[in-house]
Amino acid sequence: MSFPLLTATAALPALGAVATAAVPAAQRVAAKWLALLVSLGTLALAAVTLVRFDPDGARYQLTESHPWIADFGVRYELGVDGIGVALIALTALLIPFIILAGWHDADPQETGSSRWRPTQGFFALILAVEAMVIISFEATDVFLFYIFFEAMLIPMYFLIGGFGDRAHGAYRSATSTAEGDAAAATQRSYAAVKFLLYNLVGGLIMLAAVIGLYVVAGNFSLQEIVQARANGSLHMATSTERWLFLGFFFAFAVKAPLWPLHTWLPNAMGEATAPVAVLITAVVDKVGTFAMLRFCLQLFPEASKWATPAILVLALISIVYGALLAVGQRDIKRLVAYASISHFGFIIMGIFAMTSQGQSGATLYMVNHGISTAALMLVAGFLISRRGSRLIADYGGVQKVAPVLAGTFLIGGLATLSLPGLAPFVSEFLVLVGTFTRYPVVGIIATFGIVLAALYTLVLYQRTMTGPVKAEVAEMPDLRVRELLVVAPLIALLIFLGVYPKPVTDIVNPAVKQTMSDVHKTDPKPEVEAAK
Amino acid sequence: MSAAAVHSLWTTAVDPIDKIGAPKIEYGQLSPTLIVVGAAVIGVLIEAFVPRKSRYYAQVFVAVVALAAAFAAVVALAAGGYGTTKAHIAAMGAIAVDGPALFLQGTILLAGLLGVFTFAERRLDPEAHGNRVDSFAAQAASVPGSDSEKAAVKAGFTTTEVFPLLLFAIAGMLVFPSANDLLTLFVALEVFSLPLYLLCAVARRKRLMSQEAAVKYFLLGAFASAFTLFGIALLYGYAGSVSYATIAQVVDGTVQNVDPALAGTMGNDALLLIGAAMLAMGLLFKVGAVPFHMWTPDVYQGAPTPVTGFMAAATKVAAFGALLRLLYVVLPGLRWDWRPVMWAVAIVTMLGGAIVAITQTDIKRLLAYSSIAHAGFILAGVIATSPDGVSSVLFYLGAYSFVTIGAFAVVTLVRDAGGEATHLSKWAGLGRRSPLVAAVFAVFLLAFAGIPLTSGFAGKFAVFKAAAEGGASALVVVGVISSAIAAFFYIRVIVLMFFSEPRSEGPTVAVPSPLTMTAIGVGVAVTLVLGVAPQYFLDLASQAGVFVR
Repeated sequence: MSFPLLTATAALPALGAVATAAVPAAQRVAAKWLALLVSLGTLALAAVTLVRFDPDGARYQLTESHPWIADFGVRYELGVDGIGVALIALTALLIPFIILAGWHDADPQETGSSRWRPTQGFFALILAVEAMVIISFEATDVFLFYIFFEAMLIPMYFLIGGFGDRAHGAYRSATSTAEGDAAAATQRSYAAVKFLLYNLVGGLIMLAAVIGLYVVAGNFSLQEIVQARANGSLHMATSTERWLFLGFFFAFAVKAPLWPLHTWLPNAMGEATAPVAVLITAVVDKVGTFAMLRFCLQLFPEASKWATPAILVLALISIVYGALLAVGQRDIKRLVAYASISHFGFIIMGIFAMTSQGQSGATLYMVNHGISTAALMLVAGFLISRRGSRLIADYGGVQKVAPVLAGTFLIGGLATLSLPGLAPFVSEFLVLVGTFTRYPVVGIIATFGIVLAALYTLVLYQRTMTGPVKAEVAEMPDLRVRELLVVAPLIALLIFLGVYPKPVTDIVNPAVKQTMSDVHKTDPKPEVEAAK
Repeated sequence: MSAAAVHSLWTTAVDPIDKIGAPKIEYGQLSPTLIVVGAAVIGVLIEAFVPRKSRYYAQVFVAVVALAAAFAAVVALAAGGYGTTKAHIAAMGAIAVDGPALFLQGTILLAGLLGVFTFAERRLDPEAHGNRVDSFAAQAASVPGSDSEKAAVKAGFTTTEVFPLLLFAIAGMLVFPSANDLLTLFVALEVFSLPLYLLCAVARRKRLMSQEAAVKYFLLGAFASAFTLFGIALLYGYAGSVSYATIAQVVDGTVQNVDPALAGTMGNDALLLIGAAMLAMGLLFKVGAVPFHMWTPDVYQGAPTPVTGFMAAATKVAAFGALLRLLYVVLPGLRWDWRPVMWAVAIVTMLGGAIVAITQTDIKRLLAYSSIAHAGFILAGVIATSPDGVSSVLFYLGAYSFVTIGAFAVVTLVRDAGGEATHLSKWAGLGRRSPLVAAVFAVFLLAFAGIPLTSGFAGKFAVFKAAAEGGASALVVVGVISSAIAAFFYIRVIVLMFFSEPRSEGPTVAVPSPLTMTAIGVGVAVTLVLGVAPQYFLDLASQAGVFVR
């Protein structure tokens, strides 16, 4: 028996979470270092996975399969395809930066009860989320996936509700006073509850569909069901397939999030600390779009095609609506949240355009969006922590005081608006091309999203970084070493993947081709060729 | 014409009267019940003859030993194959010894054992006049606030009678799901109900509320018992027998030997339908299903919390066991009639429990409404009418009872000057003061909410799967919707504990003795084990899923 690499990649952060939580109250710093080491170890394991993965090999590799709950037909089945391995690498890559960026976010404010250990809890929860996200990317058993898809809500919920941003934002002003703190706590727990309820309702509706799938198929193995459907031994009535598809898609659309199920994201990202906001949008939400590719399309190909027009319209609305609302935000973090909604619209559009460029573009987009949002949001977090405010209006002229901070902020912003030469450009271009070849009108409308992206990013930069230096920011220190350590690698990666995306596309493309063949779709022929 | 022939013109010969033989009782197979009853009788004798100072220790010792021995007997019977191949009817047709009976008896005994631990807890309340006290009144008979009460407290009296009462209740509960004729069913119902009424009335704190709860429980319970009894009478009229097997035969139309005296009413469907409905009402009352749930919140709130925890867990197990046997053994031929009714009951129970729970401000009432919603989920499994349905209900009951006992045990720990602080607002910020207790309670709440990796999820999945396979997809959809509603109020408590600022005058968390710690610890362990690795227990439940007829 070979070394269970996939299990190890998920188990290491899980064990690390337990160990971190168990660190004694006085040893806060040790807990931080432990968490960082564990996340680096996970990154190493993810790198080994990436190396061991053969893009031209079998569809699912490094597979593991053990019986788990025979009564429910559930097996502990893991396996990665190119899409999964890319997203595992992204997750494992981002977590160390998230931990570093949040180094001081959970330091206890008051020396109260010695049993209350927020720091240990904060880092343990981040590692727990990492473990659950990784195993969701690995699971090829629908039930196994569902369990961790649902269970990750709980640590996420505590991260949002328990460790809020202390800076003041759009919905409150004073922070230093007791009332300000109370208002912040109320906003925070509101955001956490909203996050949990939206996702829990989505998950429970998916539970009904999961049970329905079991009744129809008799087991939960993704590969077996897909195979049985392909060779005709498993027949699914059209209406059944559509209902099941909708049950699954609803949960993923809440998670992704797709308009009109997106409203929890601005609250959650606004109230959470910047690293946790990155964790939400760059890591956890990717499970939603990933699951659309892996489960919706593969299990229910006909229903996916049936629903495509409606989903494309919703994705278009997300793109334009998210961008428009981002333009109107007064709060930096909520602006990034709405920008993310717009980007998730692109990802979903790429997935459901049903072309290989669209889907490879969407997968690449997931990776690039993770990196670019992390860069932008983490720098924004550093900025906010200096001034103690999330309001755009409170800033001005920062580039004269803190040029490195402003510069990195600009690069993160430019990546968000898909400037050519930075990674997101490649993926956005692929998604648009892939959509255009099949749905020209949709592609054209989506292009407006890019224009709006330029607007909200540049206006944000202009208002916060340029102009006369505001008195409150005059003393603002530039990025510290720890902060540079977070930002520099991310920016380097953005530039590298912008110039040379081949390593990622090579891994992703075969998996996308497989998915395309599952839904019995081929790319539309170029018109020139068709005319011959 | 011979004399005999002439005689036969105006008389018929009866069969010669059999000698009434000694009943054949399989003592070995009934040993779990017999051990518990015997211990209860010993408990009564202890009250009479053992000096007051050592009664508590003697009672706890007897109760724990008896319950452990009875559990060992259940395990031995199950290991001897009485749950599967050797399942049969014992005690002259009165008691069924089969898989479901043994599984439920085992669950009830373990719940009872944890119940004894919480009953025996004496470190939570501050000492009264130098005597350690438990959750029960010094002298139940003294009027609250009277001089005799003060005198009893001062003298250090304790109501050690709760232990024999608990054992009697457990004995009744052991018989209830295994009863194989309607009279045994009724006797068992009364045997476990009467001690519970009493136990509800003997709280040390908030005695008037406790007594009020007991009176409500008693009146409504008596009413339900009357319905049950009336239903039994009607069913007897219908079938001419109280035996489950005979009634089932009459329902199926395959009965032999019709008793001429009953030929007039026998097979009258009106009697069957009304009788079955009344009997089912009596059982649904005990289960706490809407619309027979009215007593639940008041009784759960007023009763001493250890009693509430035990009652919420064990009564539900026993009553669902009896309901399963009634519907699956006696009335399978009638399932096209009872399934629609049970559908309706399950739907209103799930939704009603979940929706009303949202408005609750008292943790015990909240858990009461949550238990109503859970009764609805379990009913969804009952409706499946399949072996999977039975085993899923068995599994759910096992999982649920440990979560419940654990959760109520945690409630006993959170106290202020007035005893337990059950108002939700007092739980604000508990997570910051006592992270461990709050975390444990959060685990129980998440299990109630059915979050994956807890036993609640495995149970919910099992019953919903059985229901969906039984063609009740609509029930599953209603089930997940009410789960979502229910999740809201479980989450609200978690928000309150972890994200609200602690109050300056908030309650403190008492440090319990190892007794309550054991109860809570076992609850948490079972909740997590059944959530992560439920396979062994699912196997056990599915092996136990066949009734003997």
